[in-house]
Amino acid sequence: MTKTYAEINEKIASGKAVVLTAEEVIAYVDKHGLENAAREVDVVTTATFGPMCSSGCFLNFGHSTPKMRISEAWINDVMAYCGIAAVDVYIGATQLRHNDPANMYHPGEFRYGGGHVIEDLVAGKKVQLFGLSYGTDDYPRREIRTMFDINDLNQAIMVNPRNCYQNYNVGVNVSDKRIYTYLGILRAKMRNMTYCSAGQLAPLLNDPYYATIGVGTSVWLAGARGIVYAQGTQHCSLVERGDNGVPVEGAGTLALTADMKEMRPEFVRGASFRGYGVSLALGVGIPIPILNPEILRRTTVRDRDIQASVIDYSTDYPEKTGKVLGRFTYEELRSGTVELMGKKVPVTSLSSYSKALKICNLLKSEIEDGHFLLSEPSQRLPLNQGMKSLTITGAAR
Amino acid sequence: MITKKIYLYFPKSETEKPIVYQLVKDYNLIVNIFRAKVTPEEEGYLSLEVTGNQEDITRAFAFLGTFDVVIHAGNKGVHWDENRCVHCGACVVHCPPGALTIVDQGTRTVTFNEDRCIECLACIAACPFGACSSAF
Repeated sequence: MTKTYAEINEKIASGKAVVLTAEEVIAYVDKHGLENAAREVDVVTTATFGPMCSSGCFLNFGHSTPKMRISEAWINDVMAYCGIAAVDVYIGATQLRHNDPANMYHPGEFRYGGGHVIEDLVAGKKVQLFGLSYGTDDYPRREIRTMFDINDLNQAIMVNPRNCYQNYNVGVNVSDKRIYTYLGILRAKMRNMTYCSAGQLAPLLNDPYYATIGVGTSVWLAGARGIVYAQGTQHCSLVERGDNGVPVEGAGTLALTADMKEMRPEFVRGASFRGYGVSLALGVGIPIPILNPEILRRTTVRDRDIQASVIDYSTDYPEKTGKVLGRFTYEELRSGTVELMGKKVPVTSLSSYSKALKICNLLKSEIEDGHFLLSEPSQRLPLNQGMKSLTITGAAR
Repeated sequence: MITKKIYLYFPKSETEKPIVYQLVKDYNLIVNIFRAKVTPEEEGYLSLEVTGNQEDITRAFAFLGTFDVVIHAGNKGVHWDENRCVHCGACVVHCPPGALTIVDQGTRTVTFNEDRCIECLACIAACPFGACSSAF
């Protein structure tokens, strides 16, 4: 039994598609059997919501009078990159606000940064542009200061070179000093542990070998219709996998883009990590077409079938020793406590299961209503790709 | 006996008066102070629980009203904004009294039990999304 993208899209367009969330499909297949379910189910919706530091957006301002070739710019005092065309800028999620003391007084608070600018723009708030230029014959203006919101822009295009990490490290701290990381505050002597994945809902854990998610796949990016435009940075598919093919550490990644003007503020949230920096949390939903029973079987993955690796962020992570302290399934992690090296360790998440579930259901409704059609990838994501280290060579200068 | 949570704002003119002493001595209240702060401008904030009988508490509030003290009765000095919360749960392990918890394992949403909060402020540092904030 196989289906094509065109057949599934026909069913979606006529409002007849059977769509289940990645949570619902587990019980459905248990009840109806794999072959029957593969005939009946057309799409499984997957999703994730969590910090995705590799986020940013291209903004295009209308031309002022006189015109200006912006060479330096700050939006709400957060520096934007201007090495592009005259009135285009790029603002990144982890850019700090001008004069933020960073970790000069450790642990810094990082109250506002690029991620918060992006959140404010999506929320429709007015923000301030301050721009400078050296002035040219065709672009004589040298300075600009004005308020604007997202509707004043010609384009506001979110571009995320690395999203939807397929599994991730679980962070712990074995040292005797509290540490501040992108996985949150890790208390001394393993007094807590943090993971960050939607587990059984996560897109790339439901399609571990990238059979349907590839370059060209339509995605739901914070409510907007987006697309996978490339393999994500650090995409590394050559990793250890469990018997079910699911990686037991960070593996594949996706590069995504979508129109920020269509996004919903609830799924675009600036984040401040004490002692670490700023970021942006995003909601992403990806539909998986059930083309054959094998693809369906992969979507029935449960939290208890997915393992994640625990890394010590006080030494092993920064020093890149490669040491793994232990492995736990997401079912164990979600229970709130695990036992590591003879010690009971409380576990919490940075990824929001409840928001991911909400996205699965929103995407399901959009597909059921015939508003979201699937697209066949034009290119598969690499399956045999490793990750290089940076070798430090040459004389210091 | 009843217990009421309040937080008080003292303008500069009132910060040097022994008001809490009088709440204890003249109105028989048991005072449990969670948090106090005097700003560089010498304004004062005080977050506390008072326990006593209804009559004493009513009289004590009337007494507080004779000063320029702003009374936020029933409020804590820590606020959890449900709309800012993304329900990741990063706060849960950092909340010693278990005021922030995930009760429903199905939906995995975070809930805030204000009565259990002791205003240690650990949640403010732990929440990446600014869902927890202090009134002062």
